[in-house]
Amino acid sequence: MGETSVVDVRDAVVLLGSFPALAEANVRINAGELVVVHGPNGAGKTTLLRLCAGLLPLSRGSARIMGFDIEAERSLVRASVGFLGHANGLYLDLTAGENLSFWGHVVGANREEVTAAAVRMGLNDRLLATPVARLSAGQKRRTALAVMAVRRASLWLLDEPHAGLDAAGRDEIDALLRDAVAAGATVVIASHELERSASLASRRIEVVGGRIIEQGER
Amino acid sequence: MSASINRTFGIAKAVASKDLRVEMRSRVMTNQILPFAAIVMVLFAFALDNDGVLQRVAPGLVWMATLFTSLVVVQRSFAVEAADSAIDALRVAGVAPQGVYLGKVAALVVQLVAFEAVLAFLALILYRVNVDAHGAVLLVTTCLLGSLGIAALAAVYGGLSIAGRGRETLLPLLLLPAVAPVLIGATRATESAFGSDGARVVEGWPWVGLLAVFGAVFLFGGTLGFGPLTDE
Repeated sequence: MGETSVVDVRDAVVLLGSFPALAEANVRINAGELVVVHGPNGAGKTTLLRLCAGLLPLSRGSARIMGFDIEAERSLVRASVGFLGHANGLYLDLTAGENLSFWGHVVGANREEVTAAAVRMGLNDRLLATPVARLSAGQKRRTALAVMAVRRASLWLLDEPHAGLDAAGRDEIDALLRDAVAAGATVVIASHELERSASLASRRIEVVGGRIIEQGER
Repeated sequence: MSASINRTFGIAKAVASKDLRVEMRSRVMTNQILPFAAIVMVLFAFALDNDGVLQRVAPGLVWMATLFTSLVVVQRSFAVEAADSAIDALRVAGVAPQGVYLGKVAALVVQLVAFEAVLAFLALILYRVNVDAHGAVLLVTTCLLGSLGIAALAAVYGGLSIAGRGRETLLPLLLLPAVAPVLIGATRATESAFGSDGARVVEGWPWVGLLAVFGAVFLFGGTLGFGPLTDE
């Protein structure tokens, strides 16, 4: 396992109003890991991911993501991190290909990079020409993951990436995430399904009641 | 600095192209909004069946119709962003909000100008207003700057309305009072272009100057404020 830390969260407290959604959390994730954050609904998994994506302010403690300070260098954190929540963040009226092309223009990726991302995520010409609104849940997820690849995100933060997918769709996503790690990305997924995520991840972080209660090999 | 500006304009171009593509594909503007506006113009012609009255009120009718239409266009523009949280994806990715804002404004201006061209044409036909060459130049300039003022302000409020979930209904309440100066300036300039009530073309240019100032101020403020206002 590499020693370069891409997530270094220390004594982090995130308050949502007066409620401590994350309490005294210490998390360290190294480059190239595929880590699952596991816990019941409302445990603080999404809060941890959103903190790492630069979407929530720290109330106390410190956090460095991809080497950048989460408070002082928030825009740099966001530019290097891909976050996929419950929505896919796609334009439903555009085709999958037009979505990828749009992101290519936004981040300055060339046509070859966009095509390579589509190929990596198994999006063939027929799917690329289909409006996103008409794609299946799994195909939409694959398109959203392709967007992350187009964005050249180094750290992928995925909140319940298997939600709403059938067994085949879940297997496809697992394979794509393993490929992403093999290609150099670090992947962190939040899931309440221990069995599936345990078979996928190299390490598990257990969250309960906003507290990290266990970190270790699966 | 220069690279950053180029990047911002690159994002703006991508966002504007995407918005116009979505609009052309959905055809809501051409199949729903424009026919509705045309019907309103025709009904006004029936209701105020007096040439003198129609010529006097034509500029106001054109800009009122534009203003109400802009509400629908802005809501659609941001509904597209909110449907699958695409605007969140842009925000999470750290995409320069200035670029997103400028792209949104550009797409709105194109749609509003196209809409105003049809309304002005209908006013010429239905309300029998006369526009000479100088008036046409004034009218085109007014449409461009009036649309810029409306779009620059509407894009900020549109962004705000989706940042605060469930606040879409606040858009008219926030936007209509704020664009009153643009409405006044554009209506006065259009009166001069149409020659309503004996107004001369030359009298319209100071109003165009006012529209330019409002457009520039709203655009500058929007470029600075869009990011912080739409961020969580």
